[in-house]
Amino acid sequence: MPTKLEKDAVTGKETTGHEWDGVRELNNPLPKWWLYVFAATVVWALGFMVFYPSVPYGPGYFHGLLGYSTRHDAMAGWRRMEATHAAAMQQIATLPFDDIRKDPQLMAVALTAGRATFANNCQPCHGPNGEGRRGYPALGDDVWLWGGKLTDILQTVTHGIRSTDPDTRNSQMPDFAGTGTLKPVEIQQVANYVMTLYGAPVAGADPASGRAIFMQNCAVCHGEEGQGNHEVGAPPLASHTHLYGADRAAVVAQITHAHNGMMPNWGARLDPATLKSVALYVHSLGGGE
Amino acid sequence: MFLRQDFIERHAILLLVLTLATVAVGGIVEIVPLFTIETTVEPVKGVRPYSPLELMGRDIYVREGCYLCHSQQVRALRDEVERYGHYSLAAESMYDHPFQWGSKRIGPDLARVGGKYSNDWHYAHLENPQAMVPESLMPHYAFLQQNALVYDDIAAHLRANRAVGVPYTDADITNARADLEAQADAQADTAGLLKRYPKAVSVAGAPGRVTEMDALVAYLQVLGTMVNFADTSEEQLRQ
Repeated sequence: MPTKLEKDAVTGKETTGHEWDGVRELNNPLPKWWLYVFAATVVWALGFMVFYPSVPYGPGYFHGLLGYSTRHDAMAGWRRMEATHAAAMQQIATLPFDDIRKDPQLMAVALTAGRATFANNCQPCHGPNGEGRRGYPALGDDVWLWGGKLTDILQTVTHGIRSTDPDTRNSQMPDFAGTGTLKPVEIQQVANYVMTLYGAPVAGADPASGRAIFMQNCAVCHGEEGQGNHEVGAPPLASHTHLYGADRAAVVAQITHAHNGMMPNWGARLDPATLKSVALYVHSLGGGE
Repeated sequence: MFLRQDFIERHAILLLVLTLATVAVGGIVEIVPLFTIETTVEPVKGVRPYSPLELMGRDIYVREGCYLCHSQQVRALRDEVERYGHYSLAAESMYDHPFQWGSKRIGPDLARVGGKYSNDWHYAHLENPQAMVPESLMPHYAFLQQNALVYDDIAAHLRANRAVGVPYTDADITNARADLEAQADAQADTAGLLKRYPKAVSVAGAPGRVTEMDALVAYLQVLGTMVNFADTSEEQLRQ
């Protein structure tokens, strides 16, 4: 409490009565509007405490009269959003692909959902337009590892490739150098032959020796003409689309210590209708069979 | 007499003590009840301590300041759930000391990044992010592949975590080194590792040695994958 109130001679204002080494403090109270707003916020806070989750105690907390929960609210919003296209997604989930493709309205929903899902999940590897990159196949062309029919694409997307899913697509190109199956010189020879398959023969090389090795070791998966095999995900070698590169170093590297790519099983993350939408979208990128 | 304003204001130590006591009331009221609330951390199945390699990867994550650009918390908001998956639960970071929720999202949230991309993708992306995501602002971390992981003290890391409440068992600590090496070797027998640390993802960037990048990828690949939300109901999570 102030000890003595007096007026300051210069300003005519009251002092607080505090004096420090002869210096006295003017009494400048807070503006009235500020005080009232402050009081109002306190009242508002009390209201908030009554209506919204607030006071913690012992094993729980006061849930508030409105029973509000952020999580509940978020999931309710999620369900409202789902409901807006639930009918269409339900149809996409149950109808066969052919029926969906005959229905332009349903196709529009599927392609939109597919595009959004692709951008969120597939783009980091396959590129924004499915153009692919080294080690990650292009999806917009007509060269497919595991098949380009809608059902093939759906199978790949759902169960992945060399993923943890029990139904995953699975195959391993052998490590020809690591297992000692091919000697370094044989790898060079077979690489020379493989390059003739896509019209990039190595100058001065004789592909005939490589052809014999190819027939013995590679043709079982890649086909005698290097046409590839969807059953085991073996890429066509007689093709201008290359998963790991067309230059000699890349071909030799892949034969020496094969790289086997991996794709996650999206069935663990996405619902059936979304998976089908993604398959339809990928199919529509240009190369769908 | 001692509680008169002018007396308090003239005795600095008393003023300090009383200020502290006053401020402490607020803190105690806010924080202490949380210790007693069982639902602060929801009971969910699947959350386990980090495997030794993941734990080291987590240290790299902290060392490199990944948390400055990446959050690890899917908030309970509709569009976040839509983009990233189920909102984060407190239980999912209960073995994090300290948690890596972060507060900035210059990069995307990483709370559910585990399993979203292949190991190869992570290696290539850490080495040169722009090669995978052209518009990315992320710095290059290729040097992590050059740095051999220092893990001589891995058992001590586990013990230190146990001291602050992470339930590593004696067997976990005894096997720490073996588990770490098994997870960083594509050919290794991982039965023991997977028994102790289900869903641990094996990584192997460079044959014959364990790099810092191996550890970081192992850590990234487990983020958000521990809880199986298929058998966790919304009601059960209602706090």
